[in-house]
Amino acid sequence: MTREELEKLAETEHESQKAFPHSIHVCVAAGCVSSQSDKVRAAFDKEVAERGLKEKCKVRGVGCMGLCMAGPLVAVDGNTTMYQQVTVPDVGEVLDQLGKTPVKRLVCDSTTPFFARQKRIVLENSGLIDSEKIEEYIAALGYKALMEALTSMRPEEVIKEVTISGLRGRGGGGYPTGLKWSTVAKAHNGKQKYVICNADEGDPGAFMDRSVLESDPHRVIEGMAIAGYAVGAPKGYIYVRAEYPLAVKRLQTAIRQAERHGLLGNNILGTPFNFSIDIRLGAGAFVCGEETALIASVEGKRGQPRPRPPFPAEVGLWGGPTLINNVETFSSIAPIIRNGGAWYAGIGTAESKGTKVFALAGRVQNTGLIEVPMGISLREIIFDIGGGIPDGKKFKAVQTGGPSGGCIPEQFLDMPVDYESLAKVGSIMGSGGMIVMDETSCMVDVAKYFMEFCMTESCGKCVPCRVGTVQMHGLLEKITNGTANNSDLAMLEDLCDMVRNTSLCGLGMTAPNPVLSTLRYFKDEYIAHINDKCCPAGVCKIGKENLSHA
Amino acid sequence: MNPSGQIKTLKINGREMSATGDQTILDVARENGVEIPTLCHLDGLNPIGSCRLCLVEIKGARRLLPACTTGITEGMEIATETETLSKYRKMVLEMLFSERNHVCAVCVSNGNCDLQQLAADHDVTHVQFPYLYPHATVDASHDWFAMDHNRCILCQRCVRVCDEIEGAHTWDVSGRGVESRVITDLNQPWGDSDSCTSCGKCVQVCPTGALSNKGKSVSEMSKRREFLPYLAQRRKDHQ
Amino acid sequence: MKISKLPLPSQDKRWKIIDARMRKYGYQSDALIEVLHVVQESFGYLDETSMKFTAAALHLPLSKVYGVATFYSFFNLKPQGEHTCVICTGTACYIKGAPLILEAVQKAAGGVKVGNTTPDGKVSVVTARCFGSCGLAPAIVLDGEVKAKADPAETAEIIKTWMTK
Repeated sequence: MTREELEKLAETEHESQKAFPHSIHVCVAAGCVSSQSDKVRAAFDKEVAERGLKEKCKVRGVGCMGLCMAGPLVAVDGNTTMYQQVTVPDVGEVLDQLGKTPVKRLVCDSTTPFFARQKRIVLENSGLIDSEKIEEYIAALGYKALMEALTSMRPEEVIKEVTISGLRGRGGGGYPTGLKWSTVAKAHNGKQKYVICNADEGDPGAFMDRSVLESDPHRVIEGMAIAGYAVGAPKGYIYVRAEYPLAVKRLQTAIRQAERHGLLGNNILGTPFNFSIDIRLGAGAFVCGEETALIASVEGKRGQPRPRPPFPAEVGLWGGPTLINNVETFSSIAPIIRNGGAWYAGIGTAESKGTKVFALAGRVQNTGLIEVPMGISLREIIFDIGGGIPDGKKFKAVQTGGPSGGCIPEQFLDMPVDYESLAKVGSIMGSGGMIVMDETSCMVDVAKYFMEFCMTESCGKCVPCRVGTVQMHGLLEKITNGTANNSDLAMLEDLCDMVRNTSLCGLGMTAPNPVLSTLRYFKDEYIAHINDKCCPAGVCKIGKENLSHA
Repeated sequence: MNPSGQIKTLKINGREMSATGDQTILDVARENGVEIPTLCHLDGLNPIGSCRLCLVEIKGARRLLPACTTGITEGMEIATETETLSKYRKMVLEMLFSERNHVCAVCVSNGNCDLQQLAADHDVTHVQFPYLYPHATVDASHDWFAMDHNRCILCQRCVRVCDEIEGAHTWDVSGRGVESRVITDLNQPWGDSDSCTSCGKCVQVCPTGALSNKGKSVSEMSKRREFLPYLAQRRKDHQ
Repeated sequence: MKISKLPLPSQDKRWKIIDARMRKYGYQSDALIEVLHVVQESFGYLDETSMKFTAAALHLPLSKVYGVATFYSFFNLKPQGEHTCVICTGTACYIKGAPLILEAVQKAAGGVKVGNTTPDGKVSVVTARCFGSCGLAPAIVLDGEVKAKADPAETAEIIKTWMTK
């Protein structure tokens, strides 16, 4: 495909889209599908055909519009009208009111902070295009950045833009992306280089990557191809967890389409650049989100990490220099190349540029996916965008960073959300999972929950993580059972320190974080369990009553 | 200029030492008489850095790094004996004792055991952690050797020697975390294994009494490891 | 590219599908996980025959195949029940009451332990660590279909009908 052909395709698609006075977008990402949205879409297709409206109304299955708890979501005529919890029987009425006053009982207010306060870059196409049609992606400026990079930029210039943008690894590490690309580009050891997209998304409570893969897969492909060009890698792999079958399916379709259009394969866009992508499946191992474990898994082995140095950027997949980035990171590349790194650097804070996608879940009114500029406050996310705590309950803590992160209490609600600020309060940005908790959560129980997770997900290679997580979990169980004493608490703290500093990989190193963070802000709950043998939140089986005087 | 042949200087515990570019911290330390405790490391096998006993402090590095896998760089400053390192080493050993069912008094390797020796070297007088008492089995189906999982510390020396030196790859690890067990073939009794050549290398490299020769009684098992670096060199010469 | 001349274990058509997948990956040893996936898709679980065949076709030691099969939670080495109920125990679902659903389901399935199948082979109850439906917590999967905002009593009813069918 040549530049002219790409532009022509975009133009043709635009024209054909303009020909429809009406459009109906039904979200068919996994969340809404689990609420039967695929049946709603099929019903719209059928009804539109029966009413002879096929030339007037375009029905599309689109990606995630964000407000998952209100699904199935249907957007009519762009986003002029949004409907929530649409069922098959509602289809007729929606079509009756096409171009007239909306169906009141189904209306979902799209002017609320949930929609209005977002800044969608990674999610700019989610909910607006059919993720299974490459033409729609191309019409939405798709593959323009790749063309730009391949035809008018040198690899070093591409890396320069990414560096200027200030983009940091969105998988949780926050490592400067430009620096990583630069390291891989400079690495030479005679072995082939690779680009790997980490789509393992193992953090329970996180579904940002899943959404992007299902709603806008070409975006990830384009980002990877640009990366391959920048670092000199002719081959890419997307490592997707097996628990995301819809994402795998959409990716397979997208890759096939890209190949057919000459946007993947040999001599892309008429240049000497070759790049091909294959999908590799995960199989249920959280540790495979760690770079060296992921590499082992792609190589068909047990997902056990190896000591670093050397880092994957120098010695990675099959010994070659390997660039590993998260889905969200790759999804930010095309807009950066299109608009320039300086544009991206203009969003966010001094050290944390750009936007971040968060999966807002737990005890909050509006659960779903949001993308906000870095530096926004927690209060704004939880109370404005999130709609606050339902059922008249009180906010207690918000957990970020999954099993590697921490719980942030009320006193920090006004803090900006950026890498450094989160680290300062004892948590991490993580991949984007944000779980809100109210007074019905016991923080010791939460710490125990995360430790159990780390214990069962530990690969077992190194002693501190393998045995340490079991011992720490045992102590947390004693505490929640009301059979612990103060020396148990001291042992727990000792273990947290040792496991953190001696484990082989990030899983073990960060496993103590939920304990450390809850000890820091909710020590009174630990003391209540230990000294008073009671659980103030009423969650643990020992009950709420203070039994220390019994 | 051959980078691996390039001479570099570094300091270990304040002492200046010189080394070639391809050496690890452990290589240099041992060459110069500095003792760093190890357990999963064995001369002749590829190091995996899993026991974490050989962790050392490196000036300017954010984390403790394992001496057995970390290469040296010019001007590196390393400390191998600090209060923190000593504390962590003790805790690693105590964790190992708590993990399986180690009863020295009835073990064939009593008195000739790497784990036991390290505990003695590091003044491990008691185990502060609760014992896990897992259910672990004994496999005595092989004609000449026995595997007692109660004594296994998952150092993977057996897996490595069978894969790297003998080549049969009879042993591997199954499961994850503390549920991990070393297994032969498709987790069949060792005696039924088709791939095992009965060479006995795994028995010799095993640091504890997990793998032993049949017919040995308490304290009678002693192991010989010199064959290993010799074989490793012979194989390297062949390539 | 290695070509396997291995005879297939039986006439069962599913072996042809598995062999085709192996061929797609050139019988390379690094395709092990992909191959185990298709074996499990075809037979529902991994047994001795399929693991032996996989090892031989991909030129891998048996213990390596076993080690990989048991490392990843996705793979079953035991046959699954006629029906499977997967309860998500991810953070959002946990906060929203997944333990209560798990309790109700286990009770309805005659007290079966997590990760196991009822003695009559009808129902398997397993847990998963998040399949990404956090916005609709608590989420469960009933026979491959994700059910959002699951309710303990409702789910228990479904399990009861499975048990009696």
